[in-house]
Amino acid sequence: MYPGYDMTPVDAREARELRMEIEEFHADYCWTLDCGDVERWPDYFTDDAVYRITARENADAGLPVGLVYADSKAMIRDRAFALKHTQMYAPRSMQHFVSNVRVLQAGVAGVKARSNYLLLQTLVDGPTTLHQAGRYYDTFVRANGRLLLKERQCVYDTVLIANDLVLPV
Amino acid sequence: MFSVNTVIGQPGSFAKERLDESHEYKWPEGGLQYIPDWVYTSPEIYQREIRRIFHGPTWNFVALEAEIPNPGDFKRSYVGPTPVVVTRDSDGAVRVFENRCAHRGAEFCRTQRGNVKEFVCPYHQWSYDLQGNLQGVPFKRGVKGEGGGMPKDFRNEDHGLLKLDVSTLHGVVFASFSKDVEPIEQYLGPRILKDFEVVFKERRLRILGYYRNELPGNWKLYHENLKDPYHATLLHSFLVTFGLMVAGSKNGMIADATGRHGTLASAKPEDVAAAVGAVKGEMRAYREDFKLADGRFLQYVREFDSPWSVTMQTIWPNLIVQRELNTLGIRHIVPNGPHSMIMLWTMFGYETDDEEMVRHRLRQGNLMGPSGFLGLEDNEAIKFVQEGVRRSPSDRGVVKLGGDTQGSTNAVIDEAAIRGMYAYYRRTMGL
Ligand SMILES: [Fe+2]
Repeated sequence: MYPGYDMTPVDAREARELRMEIEEFHADYCWTLDCGDVERWPDYFTDDAVYRITARENADAGLPVGLVYADSKAMIRDRAFALKHTQMYAPRSMQHFVSNVRVLQAGVAGVKARSNYLLLQTLVDGPTTLHQAGRYYDTFVRANGRLLLKERQCVYDTVLIANDLVLPV
Repeated sequence: MFSVNTVIGQPGSFAKERLDESHEYKWPEGGLQYIPDWVYTSPEIYQREIRRIFHGPTWNFVALEAEIPNPGDFKRSYVGPTPVVVTRDSDGAVRVFENRCAHRGAEFCRTQRGNVKEFVCPYHQWSYDLQGNLQGVPFKRGVKGEGGGMPKDFRNEDHGLLKLDVSTLHGVVFASFSKDVEPIEQYLGPRILKDFEVVFKERRLRILGYYRNELPGNWKLYHENLKDPYHATLLHSFLVTFGLMVAGSKNGMIADATGRHGTLASAKPEDVAAAVGAVKGEMRAYREDFKLADGRFLQYVREFDSPWSVTMQTIWPNLIVQRELNTLGIRHIVPNGPHSMIMLWTMFGYETDDEEMVRHRLRQGNLMGPSGFLGLEDNEAIKFVQEGVRRSPSDRGVVKLGGDTQGSTNAVIDEAAIRGMYAYYRRTMGL
């Protein structure tokens, strides 16, 4: 459980529709990343978005650190540029699997949802490995009819990261 | 599964990973300008390192006092690869003992951190106080009418947990299996102590959180990485492009008298454009077109009485102290066999930080750690080195930059601190 993401009653029909819409959002988001199109990744966020990846031990203890910590879309864009153009790392392909989407809150402040994710990584010459297992705690807002992330907290269970986490979750 | 097991050629399948004590470990000719691959690959050398270094007369980092502020607070930790528990005793002192029940050997403490009155081994419920003394043995006198129980001469005092020596310095806790290690200030030496105190002396830390990763490389490669200013100006486009560390600017590689510890220091140039412009032709990682959309994260708030904006300290054998502009942290190295190490990161600020300073540190934290712009590149490079030395039949690396000098240097294009570390290593290892 993540603070601010308590489950509140949502009309069953509305929840179902939102869940389908969020599942489509996840599919688009993951497709963008899994295709290696990291420079389109910032398009899924609002200008004031918060994006953080952190270990469950930090989330549970209320510790604020992020493996990745961005509190603006501009920071997300800087990371995307660096990953695409300037960072040194071995080539890899990633696959995201998102499931168990649960709508937690739906109101004027946005839609809050929780989902599970699995991240598979394949390096050159190696087996595919389960790189990370975690949960998304998402706050969506609507802009021009489309959902955008105002907050994404990626809280992972995988205690020991295998060397590094290069590409976004 | 550790990532070292996901590379073609499993650990142990190459001849240089199977050298035992019958092998003649002869350092290559040419003194310290060559490093033999077997220091990274031999299981015999690894075992000798555990005995002579991690369990020998060294001070090993185990915790920050800020993690265990109150009596009864504890933390799981490691000395070398050996699990230990660090506690705050009821009298306020810090204690360190093996995480191994004195009875049958169970590793009894299974949670990272917490607060307890006593430790109870779940297997047979032997209990220990916060100092590691044996308190209680269930059915110590057996069951009435049935016999059993401990012999009459069994004394709890003889069966406590194995206790380590403890030193705390400005809120940093070190432990040692050895009684023969000098006092901690002396162990660090004045040159290292100076920059250590900049971060810790008279400061109360605020823990911001943890990262943990496996790094599939020999533990010494991490020390080498931070005793290697040459790589910093070449590998890391962030350092180069934004002038955080530039060859020709004010930099220093400071070693202690023994050569085992080091401080990689640099001062952000006043005129970044001029400093970078003078040397950018040599640096492929320089990117003219890279402009930050959000420049806040590289701002430097001058909060230290130090000429350096960056000090990265390697404290032998298992601690890195990171002060990279305003992002602060320690890295605790846990060796995990010859081919792998575990890195335990604790990021912190100070209790005096306001909310904006905390956020600044968190933003700047994107430089370091297993997803950091600098951190991930180092992890990748170290992994590449381990795979290279492990899988190729060639047998040595070259460290000739700067000639055959050892220890401190003001030059960036220099490997003197790596040579100095190996001079110490050879003495301590009998190589
Ligand atoms: Fe580096």
